[in-house]
Amino acid sequence: MDQLLQHILNALVLGGTYALLGIGLTLIFGIMNVVNFTHGALYTFGGYAMYLAAVALGLNFFVALPVALVAGLLLGAFIEFTLLRPLRRSDIDTTMLVMIGAGIIMQSGTLWIFGGVAKAVPTPFPAQPLVIGPVSLSYVNLFVLAAAIALIAITYFTINGTRLGRAMRATFQDHDTAALMGVNVSLIYTATFAIGSALAAAAGALLGPVYVVTPQMGELAAVKAFAIVILGGLGSISGATIGGFILAFAEELGAGYISSGYRDAMGFLIIIAVLLVKPTGLFARAERIG
Amino acid sequence: MTRFIAPLFLVVFALVPLGLKDPYLLNALIITGILTICAMSLNLLLGFTGQLSLGHVAFFGIGAYVSALTALGFDVSLPFGLRITHEGGSPLLGFVLAVGLTGLCGYLIGRLSFRVRGAYFVIVTISFAEVVRLVALNWVELTQGPLALTAIPNMVLPVPGLGDVALRSKMQNYYLVLAVAAVSYLIIARLVASRFGRAMRGLKENESLALSLGINATRTLTVAATISAAMAGAAGSLYAHYIRIIDPDVFLFSYTVTMVIMVVSGGKGTLAGPLVGGILFGLLPVALRPVMAPEAQWIVYGAILIAILFLMPRGIVPALESLALRRRPATETKSAAKPAEAGANP
Repeated sequence: MDQLLQHILNALVLGGTYALLGIGLTLIFGIMNVVNFTHGALYTFGGYAMYLAAVALGLNFFVALPVALVAGLLLGAFIEFTLLRPLRRSDIDTTMLVMIGAGIIMQSGTLWIFGGVAKAVPTPFPAQPLVIGPVSLSYVNLFVLAAAIALIAITYFTINGTRLGRAMRATFQDHDTAALMGVNVSLIYTATFAIGSALAAAAGALLGPVYVVTPQMGELAAVKAFAIVILGGLGSISGATIGGFILAFAEELGAGYISSGYRDAMGFLIIIAVLLVKPTGLFARAERIG
Repeated sequence: MTRFIAPLFLVVFALVPLGLKDPYLLNALIITGILTICAMSLNLLLGFTGQLSLGHVAFFGIGAYVSALTALGFDVSLPFGLRITHEGGSPLLGFVLAVGLTGLCGYLIGRLSFRVRGAYFVIVTISFAEVVRLVALNWVELTQGPLALTAIPNMVLPVPGLGDVALRSKMQNYYLVLAVAAVSYLIIARLVASRFGRAMRGLKENESLALSLGINATRTLTVAATISAAMAGAAGSLYAHYIRIIDPDVFLFSYTVTMVIMVVSGGKGTLAGPLVGGILFGLLPVALRPVMAPEAQWIVYGAILIAILFLMPRGIVPALESLALRRRPATETKSAAKPAEAGANP
């Protein structure tokens, strides 16, 4: 029983960052119809941005985090502006392949610049875990969960409560009509990709200090993000949030009670199972996002 | 013009080892040939049916493991007290089983995954390949996991008059790969020119229209996936018996990316495209190796992939075709109209 409680707690912490990853990916797919294969590389980028800001520049942990997030935002805007804007009229396969090319460049570039050795990011939190009855939780994990929930809340507010969000939802429904109503669709696309990238980078910057930062950290993260998005239905933000937590629970309980070797297989098995049973995802709402 | 590319390549590459004695280059050519077979088989799906399968490496890897395990033998215990022991057998039997079993896998995966299209299909295929990789990594009793299967015997072929000949030298393996590549090319060429090939292209151009004409989409796509998978499995078997050591890294996504780059750069949906792209990208590492590190090479591949999609979205072979058409005098345009039509697939 105690063990189960501990697994549930771990899953909650993991679920927060998974949800961040999933929301970024689903937002970009829903609004832009682009399957973003740079998502994993952006997650890695967030981890290294955090490392550079905290270690190389010596910034305070709580300052380095927003710096990494803004770096992700800017990189996302750059990718959209240079690679996706010229391909607006291309089919989804072409943009997918271009994103794969960009992802390869980013991952190999990271490996080239930083080498394959993992980097640790120091945290200001005490190493001693917080013990509540039978379960324990490290302070850094608690902070990661809180930060992830805060970022998810900000994203929800941006989409449902701001002018930008309204324009994004309009573009999602019908980009031609949105353009006729005076929405600058190109700008919305750039903003969408930048926000999605910032969320991926934030997830990397949050998990980097928990584990270590490596050039390959994004590979599995990307696949998990795909699993979450498929679970929740492509384009659904609340679906991605729930999907993130479901995947975290599946992994944590699967690793705890079935086999730890197949922990990372859970995501793929979920993808295959969901697509075979209900291809539109468990929480799909095709008409709107939010 | 481009229909002469394949016979030309066959003649040139049949003569190459006569003048080439450098074992490093011969090795690079063998690997290039194996990857080109994969690229040709991927093109059947990606190019002719228009389904972007990004799990193709799974069939290559399954073929390699099936063939290696058939030759080496294995002893695994399954749930419910079942136990399978296999003594080890001939590599040729391994090749046949590799082709058969990967074809079967292709059929099953096709039956399941062609229920979805577009982005969903792409993600299912990637997931399939990753699940297979994790099984190869974790089922240590069968695959040795990360310790790799080692000392895989070379391919053995029965030669009339000489008995069984083990293909130990690079030269022998080179010609074996070349022969399998030529056979694969012929199979694909015949298939594409047939009624079945027209059904595939019909589905790619306009699925609803093809369905209304009575084409069975799932069956057509599944047959294409089966043949495509079996060819990738054959390539995997050749690889296993040539390299003689395989580990779960044969399932890495970067192999799929290499195959996709070969197909897209050469020209998807053309017969000669994967050959041109395969040889170009198979030999590019040889040219880049002296000047840059492997990480930097991958940056170049990524950049080339993007550049090709921006500048020649249809690939090198179609670009050459339209260039050749433009050069012809105006009087010949009537006869030139037919290949132009055939090459006009977007």
